Amino acid sequence: MKVLEGRKKQVFRKGETPFEIDCEKQSLAGSVSQRACVFCGSRVVLYPIADAVHLVHGPAGCAAYTWDIRGALSSGPELHRLSFTTDLREQEVIHGGESKLYQGLIQLIDRYHPKAAFVYGTCIVGVIGDDVEAVCKKVSALKGIPVIPVHSEGFKGTKKDGYKAACTALMRLIGRGRTDGISKYSVNILGDYNLAGEIWIIKDYYRRMGVEVVAGITGDGRVEEIERAHGAALNLVQCSGSMNYLAQLMKEKYGIPSLQVSYFGFEDMAEALYGVARHFNDAEMMKRTQELVRDEIQAIYPKLLEYRKALAGKKAAIYVGGAFKAFSLVKALRLLGMDVAVVGSQTGSKQDYQLLKELCDEGTIIVDDSNPLELSHFIREKNVSLFIGGVKERPIAYKLGIGFCDHNHERKVALAGFVGMLNFAEEVYQSVMSPVWQFIPRPKQSVPMGGVQDEYSRTANP
Amino acid sequence: MNIRELPTREVTINACKLCNPLGASLVFRGIEGAVPLLHGSQGCATYIRRYLISHFKEPIDIASSNFSESSTIFGGGPKLKQALKNVIDQYQPTFIGIATTCLSETIGDDLQLILDEFNREYRAPGKPLLVTVSTPSYQGSHIDGFHDTVRAVIEQVATGGPKKNMVSIFPGMVSAADLRLLKEVLTDFGLDFLVLPDYSETMDGGMWDTYQKIAPGGASVDKIRAAGRSKAVIQLGRTVRKQQNAAEYLKERFGVESYQLGLPVGIRETDRLMQTLAVITGNDIPQKYQEERGRLIDAYVDAHKYLFGKKAAIYGEPDLVLGIAIFLAEVGVVPVICATGARTGKLGDELRCLLPELEGEITVAEGIDFDDIRTLVERVQPDLLIGNSKGYPLSRQSGIPLIRVGFPIHDRIGGQRILHLGYRGTQHLFDQIVNELIRARQDRSPIGWSYM
Ligand code: SF4
Ligand code: SF4
Repeated sequence: MKVLEGRKKQVFRKGETPFEIDCEKQSLAGSVSQRACVFCGSRVVLYPIADAVHLVHGPAGCAAYTWDIRGALSSGPELHRLSFTTDLREQEVIHGGESKLYQGLIQLIDRYHPKAAFVYGTCIVGVIGDDVEAVCKKVSALKGIPVIPVHSEGFKGTKKDGYKAACTALMRLIGRGRTDGISKYSVNILGDYNLAGEIWIIKDYYRRMGVEVVAGITGDGRVEEIERAHGAALNLVQCSGSMNYLAQLMKEKYGIPSLQVSYFGFEDMAEALYGVARHFNDAEMMKRTQELVRDEIQAIYPKLLEYRKALAGKKAAIYVGGAFKAFSLVKALRLLGMDVAVVGSQTGSKQDYQLLKELCDEGTIIVDDSNPLELSHFIREKNVSLFIGGVKERPIAYKLGIGFCDHNHERKVALAGFVGMLNFAEEVYQSVMSPVWQFIPRPKQSVPMGGVQDEYSRTANP
Repeated sequence: MNIRELPTREVTINACKLCNPLGASLVFRGIEGAVPLLHGSQGCATYIRRYLISHFKEPIDIASSNFSESSTIFGGGPKLKQALKNVIDQYQPTFIGIATTCLSETIGDDLQLILDEFNREYRAPGKPLLVTVSTPSYQGSHIDGFHDTVRAVIEQVATGGPKKNMVSIFPGMVSAADLRLLKEVLTDFGLDFLVLPDYSETMDGGMWDTYQKIAPGGASVDKIRAAGRSKAVIQLGRTVRKQQNAAEYLKERFGVESYQLGLPVGIRETDRLMQTLAVITGNDIPQKYQEERGRLIDAYVDAHKYLFGKKAAIYGEPDLVLGIAIFLAEVGVVPVICATGARTGKLGDELRCLLPELEGEITVAEGIDFDDIRTLVERVQPDLLIGNSKGYPLSRQSGIPLIRVGFPIHDRIGGQRILHLGYRGTQHLFDQIVNELIRARQDRSPIGWSYM
């Protein structure tokens, strides 16, 4: 297969070529990237804030494709599950959409009484020259709630720039609330989006350790909690792609230190708890944490070993949004005895890939911003039995008859926390061990003699 | 017929429509050896792929010219040319369908000019056929993108010549199963045919032993070329406007005998298609279909009491809404709400003309969103909702059962295999609808009969 000339440097094979990977580039014109746009990046980060109105300023499509597509749960209001758009028509494209935006915001705020409103600029807004900032200011003054523009015009960079725009928007909320009464053992959880209720699992662990969670940013997010986030003693940052920037901004402005964590897999999950206990340097807390980790692991380890027995030695490929998630997945798959043969991400940085390289075995293929053609070629070349990716990768795996596990934002099963590791193992097991793969036509050379055909003739003629 | 006034809201809440390039991409995916290419930013292509994949559960590659900030200032020409080269390099397509997006339309890129340049510069052999269509989403919705693209393909590819024993049919935005049914009918009439688009295999195919850059199947370019030599052409969909109607173009340009029929849902609309094919071919309607029709009427009779006077709300693509409304009316169900996010301006007129007996009982709404549909539903309390899976929140909230039809079906498996058309498709819909009503009654009954 041909890797497009302009993309050669975004593919790396460990042990074969000296390490050099080009990343954080705009996708090449004409390659079918698995990436979305700046708007998508902003939207995914802010989406779980459930008591805010999220208004997409642009033509209807951009909003329609993001209506209730993610599993971000809320324990209360569910405004985030509605899709609002100014649905710009030709008239507004010619004469500007400011008055429509203004009227629309007023109508939405009057009807839903949100705690804040976010206005997302899409590509077209970037070229028709609406002064979104001014409209937001006017509405905010009139209605007395924060109305925050998110500068997410799709063409102005990559999904990562969208994360940044979202972080900038969040900084306009943070600092507005009162911080009295917050414990000295307090954290913000950054970069967990409460998919399938994951932040509830994590919050429960911290509560049991004696740590107060001030704000989930943005999982099960509430405007008032985010407004108090600057009162927390520590920021826990998951998913390096989306929230590092916010942690950095909060450090500069409020001096809050941060800790990189991941909640996937035993190893990383335990470390996410121990790290916090170490940071607060409290012996009691450390003891509680050790007990917690022990209890949790004991409860599920035997079951996990059963899965491991079946899965050991099988090969897997990983292609996910953020590189940090890829690290955890490599480790989690190891725990199940599986080998990672291909690993890649949409938005990793050079540093991330360096780390991945160190983590992976010889021969592993490492890719940045890949496309269906490449991915399918790599999974075939490596003969994997499992692919971990998002909704766009699933049909590639299935078409080739390979097991699949959804590790992106639409999943309905919690994969975070200790219990999440068990869910993950179960999902991997259910996919890899399914009997359906016996019917898949395999290319000639890889079908061992006496394969499926023979099985049949044996049962037919005993 | 009550034509519903459009809402005075400035904001669309839970849109009941998608954008034009989605329709265009779907059409291009129904052409053999074709790759769709959207001229604009990356996001549009990725979102549209994701949305289509969630329905069809098939790999769907849509390339993008990937605008950068400077493309919006200096034009997207260089990016488009680079994208074409890369797509040709990687996919070796025989056809590239280029659709614009809101962005490239707004900055005013001239596709023809860019392609002329590309054609001058790109001299390598094996250059694919390039077809362009203008699909700004601020001017319509996905169904407009769909019809405009079929028409653009025909305008740019079809040629004339002596007539052949071939019929062309433009089915509109129907399911993969529907396309297979139409092809079966045409085959049974002993016809050579073009169905455009034909994504029955490309979007609902079998397993692959090696990855296919372009899914096999689709309408062949040779057939599309020959469309101007068809002995007759049929555009399905009564709300398709004249300027979007590819059959109309073939008639004006090449003098092909042209018909515009409704989607064949229900006895009456299916009869019209069958009779038309009989007239075109001079053959009788094959026995098989007479039998299917007989069974369908038999089922109508068996179940008529469960249906009479029931009310249904239908929403989605305008022609599917119309087809189902006509079918429901013939079994005694009143289609009290006929709603679409599209703006055809024709849905009300067609209903009035085809179902005069229901004058005053149907509320027709075009350009509507799900928030408005909910308001209407609360007002008339129908027994059934019929439409795509995006009506599920409404169904859940109101407790009114939802029969899933059309596009998208994101919460069930097999959306692409739902059969709506022909006697067989109608039978399938009919059984589902009757059983849903019986189920509701059975569940409500304190006795819980285990027989009908
Ligand atoms: S910009 Fe236009 S074409 Fe692109 S997703 Fe939005 S509505 Fe669709
Ligand atoms: S128009 Fe821009 S913002 Fe909207 S989906 Fe496309 S790339 Fe993203």
